[in-house]
Amino acid sequence: MADSAAAPHAAPNTGGAEVTKRDFLKLVTAAGAAVGVGAIVWPLVDSMNPAADVLALSSTTVDLAPVQVGQAITVMWRGKPVFVRHRSAEEIAKAKADDKGRLPDPMTDAARVKPGKEQWLIVVGICTHLGCVPIGNRSTEVRGEYGGWFCPCHGSHYDTSGRIRLGPAPANLAVPPYAFEGDTKIKIG
Amino acid sequence: MAGLHKSEFQNPVINWIDSRLPVFTMLQKEYGVFPTPRNFNYLWNFGALAMINLVIMIATGIFLAMNYTPHATMAFDSVERIMRDVNYGWLLRYVHMNGASMFFIVVYIHMFRGLYYGSYKTPRELLWILGVIILLLMMATAFMGYVLPWGQMSYWGATVITNLFSAFPIIGDSIVTWLWGGFSVDNPTLNRFFSLHYLLPFVLVGVVFLHIAALHITGSNNPLGIDVKGPQDTLPFHPYYTIKDSVGICVYLLVFACFVFFAPNYLGHPDNYIPANPLVTPAHIVPEWYFLPFYAILRSVPDKLGGVLLMFASIGVLALLPWLDTSPVRSARFRPIYRILFWVLAVACVVLGVCGAKPAEGIWVVLSRIATAYYFLHFLVILPVLGKFERTLPLPESISRAVLPTGGGGPLPGGAAAKPMEKA
Ligand code: HEM
Ligand code: FES
Repeated sequence: MADSAAAPHAAPNTGGAEVTKRDFLKLVTAAGAAVGVGAIVWPLVDSMNPAADVLALSSTTVDLAPVQVGQAITVMWRGKPVFVRHRSAEEIAKAKADDKGRLPDPMTDAARVKPGKEQWLIVVGICTHLGCVPIGNRSTEVRGEYGGWFCPCHGSHYDTSGRIRLGPAPANLAVPPYAFEGDTKIKIG
Repeated sequence: MAGLHKSEFQNPVINWIDSRLPVFTMLQKEYGVFPTPRNFNYLWNFGALAMINLVIMIATGIFLAMNYTPHATMAFDSVERIMRDVNYGWLLRYVHMNGASMFFIVVYIHMFRGLYYGSYKTPRELLWILGVIILLLMMATAFMGYVLPWGQMSYWGATVITNLFSAFPIIGDSIVTWLWGGFSVDNPTLNRFFSLHYLLPFVLVGVVFLHIAALHITGSNNPLGIDVKGPQDTLPFHPYYTIKDSVGICVYLLVFACFVFFAPNYLGHPDNYIPANPLVTPAHIVPEWYFLPFYAILRSVPDKLGGVLLMFASIGVLALLPWLDTSPVRSARFRPIYRILFWVLAVACVVLGVCGAKPAEGIWVVLSRIATAYYFLHFLVILPVLGKFERTLPLPESISRAVLPTGGGGPLPGGAAAKPMEKA
């Protein structure tokens, strides 16, 4: 504002401390522009979030009858693998005993299964480290030091409750929302 | 006439255009007579090589895109069709695929050249930072390009790398969902990666332009790392360096052709010829070779967030390098200790690359931790301290004195002894 000829409406420069109407107008304009830019950018950004059809909670129904004790199957839910494991009595006992063991992400086995259906462990088959699919669903595969699953990507070991025990993964395998629709039928999602 | 540029070109057509839009004058100034230090060695070829490489990538990419289908169920087959049915499709793809590797070879050499000769020091800090931005853009582009063929490595590489962002507390998972456009890497992810893979190379062109613009303000550094004192220290860019660059381009194309025609899949991973399967992770996933050192840094930390932060920091320190290196002498030729430590750093980077390719267990974890530690020690501790203690060798009076047999003929203009920046 030093050049009063170029800015005839500016108040005379009195050392810069004085707040003029022009300062106010500038601020309002800048704030308005910022809101405007935000309003334009948000639809662009949000268009990258999951679309309505992706969000429409696809649910999967799984028939558990053919899955024998000790077996596990993999089903697809929301584009992700879900492990459905029919646990043996020893595996359940081991998981329960480990409730008091060293758990990086403490959670009891009972909190990870439905009451009275402890033989069925249902977890999302995505390693909580960087998203690989752990191996061990087939009994011939390596199941890691805790007999659950092993993630070969960076070496995470999960126990028979799908809890993280060793390795870089920070959390237990997630339990998806599901409900029993009969004795041997579940609906995931 | 008012407002017209006074063009010196004789050809009437060129003169007519140049008077209205002085692009010919600009080319003549920036690439014809542009005064360039006379003592460049072949390491100064790599900037030009990188530019050629970018042009090759854009040219082959545009033609690949004419036959490529960015859809999860069709992408793999469309790439196979390019390989088998499209005329010269195999050539386009192999040039593009190996071109990405050549690009990183060239740019890594270009960067180590800068490290050795202190090209990042004042007044070239911004030039260097623009280079770091170019590296980041290249990495993003190459990563997204590698996802496009939708093979097993494409899919799981994309999964692991996008999941890096889940390490951030609270917002991490929302970021990952946003990146994916869903709940796993899937068709929306492939679509946006294709869109961005097409876009980013053109952003690169823009940043490269700024990189060159900044270079032409400060002028090039040179193997002696001392400033140009006058005309006796320089040569016009054309024909001296257009020729020298051409020699380099021939050698570069020779190496490139060897890969394309004799070992097109040598640098790739065979698992990427298996179509993506969201239910099965390959037993041993590795990124492309040019990401291995960063991958090793990521895995050297047992903590998820820590590993991710350290990996990003490994590039961040490069941007801070002009201020971390406190030595006023640029070229390692006159820095006896730095010259050795430079090679230690180079070895540490190679060790990291090897560790990144190996499973994260046993000796490889130990080695990658040592190399990671040295990498950061080098930039954050050694360079700031070394600049204060190192006894540098005496700098030559001028480029021409140092490199011309006759000592550069004639006295130096205006008693131009080395300026304080160049003296220790
Ligand atoms: C900075 C420059 C670029 C880099 C570093 C780069 C890198 C890559 C890489 C690594 C691949 C995977 C190759 C494979 O394994 O098959 C790829 C694929 C692809 N790129 Fe690029 N690219 C660049 C520029 C471009 C441009 C400008 C376009 C289009 C305008 C493009 C279009 C494609 C297409 C269609 C594919 C899929 C076909 C294929 O997999 O071969 N690229 N890119
Ligand atoms: S993704 Fe499973 S250990 Fe890294």
